[in-house]
Amino acid sequence: MTVLLQVETVNKRFGGYFALTNVTCQVWTGQIHALIGPNGAGKTTLFNVVSGVTRPTSGRISFAGTDYTGRRADQVHAMGIARNFQSVRLFPGLSIFENVMIGCHARMGSVFRELISLPVPWPKAEREARERAAEVLASVGLDSRLSILPSELTLVDQRRLEIARALASNPRLLLLDEPAAGMNAAEVNQLGRLIRKIRESGVTILLVEHHTRLVMALADRVTVLSAGSVIADGPPNVVQRDAGVIAAYLGDGA
Amino acid sequence: MFSGYWESISVFTGINILMGLSLYVPMSAGLVSLGQAGFMAIGAYISAYLTKLHVPFGFAIAASAIVSGFAGLLVGAPALRIRGIYIMILTMGFGEITRVFFLNFEPTGGPLGLSGIQPLTKIHWVLLACVIALLIVWRLRRSRLGRAMIAIHEDDVTAEAMGINLMVVKLLAFALGAVLAGIAGAFYAHQTLFIDAQQFDFSRSAITFLFVVLGGPANPFGPVIGALFVTVLPETLRVVQDWRMTFFGSLLVLAAIWRPDGLIRAVHFYR
Repeated sequence: MTVLLQVETVNKRFGGYFALTNVTCQVWTGQIHALIGPNGAGKTTLFNVVSGVTRPTSGRISFAGTDYTGRRADQVHAMGIARNFQSVRLFPGLSIFENVMIGCHARMGSVFRELISLPVPWPKAEREARERAAEVLASVGLDSRLSILPSELTLVDQRRLEIARALASNPRLLLLDEPAAGMNAAEVNQLGRLIRKIRESGVTILLVEHHTRLVMALADRVTVLSAGSVIADGPPNVVQRDAGVIAAYLGDGA
Repeated sequence: MFSGYWESISVFTGINILMGLSLYVPMSAGLVSLGQAGFMAIGAYISAYLTKLHVPFGFAIAASAIVSGFAGLLVGAPALRIRGIYIMILTMGFGEITRVFFLNFEPTGGPLGLSGIQPLTKIHWVLLACVIALLIVWRLRRSRLGRAMIAIHEDDVTAEAMGINLMVVKLLAFALGAVLAGIAGAFYAHQTLFIDAQQFDFSRSAITFLFVVLGGPANPFGPVIGALFVTVLPETLRVVQDWRMTFFGSLLVLAAIWRPDGLIRAVHFYR
């Protein structure tokens, strides 16, 4: 097995607040890796650092052996890292289909060629992207013929749409930030099947999730963050029994 | 078919439609420019200067479009680092700089302006330019580039995380808008036959903004309807002639209350 994502001694400070302190962890190719921890542990900050949305104060991150610390989010995306957002961030003025098409954006060649081919009614790249968009919409269980805007979807379907948008770019690593939030038991099971299916298609997954049952059922490996530091890392059944983890979740007196 | 009077109004309407579309493109990427008159001035002066040297009008228009486009890239570059209201201030500054530049630039007449321009603007060419510009902007809306512009407008952080190069798309939006304004300027100069810096002051940028906001900033037909409305209405309602700016101001206030999204609603494409 090879390391796909390597995070080395990453620190992130917001003014005087230490969001991440010396975080080191690695995600192995082909695994479902869960990132858990109490609220405010720095999970989303780590996601933002990994996806290039924010830059780490110090430390190094590399993807498939390439150091990409400090690259812009679109450059990170181009390497094959796609993500969703915990607070669903769809484009409200674009239709469901167009939102997924945005996910295809980076796989459609040069923007300048696009400019020249503007008079062409349906350029090849556009036709291919449309097929891809319909395909991923179907794979997450959304009807690609829906003539509605994202705001008309239920929150659960909005989360599915975000996953579709991320998948549209054929990523090698998919970052999922609390995809199960707001879902009922049946929907969580469905999501679990979807995540497994995505992994089987060859995509490595880094998952932030509070839903313990889902994490324990899916994850090959779990990293636990607390107050910005890694306090445990290992297979789910080992991490579950770790005294430090129990203390972090329930308090020292537990 | 047209009397000279209505023909002239139609030409100015066409020029205003081009101006409206020139602002629509950067605005769809969230770049609200209040300096479109600057690009129009560049187009007007360059084409007028060239046709006075007996360069064919077609080449003069092309030169206007290219130089304005480059000016758009120049103005767009610093605009990439700033957002929202600061882009308005920056573009306003650009419009004023351009105006003052032409006011003091002796080779194009300085404060005396440029007179004796040949009457080369023909209504059918203006209308053709409008149709082509509208087609391009419509195609843009259905293309990946246009989608990226809307995505940036709505949420630039997410857009970048979805792999959109913000710099390239914003610069292209700015440049494409500037090209259209440059062409509008070329037609304008060869219709009025006399241009001076005063004609490209802030009020022209502001009225271009009115075309888009009134017509609808989320539909390519919005600026067209806005330009038609604002150009033709005062001509038919001669009463408001002396109260032009008051009339437009009131129109904007009323639109903000009753049609905040413009006369024409946003267009959506579901597949």
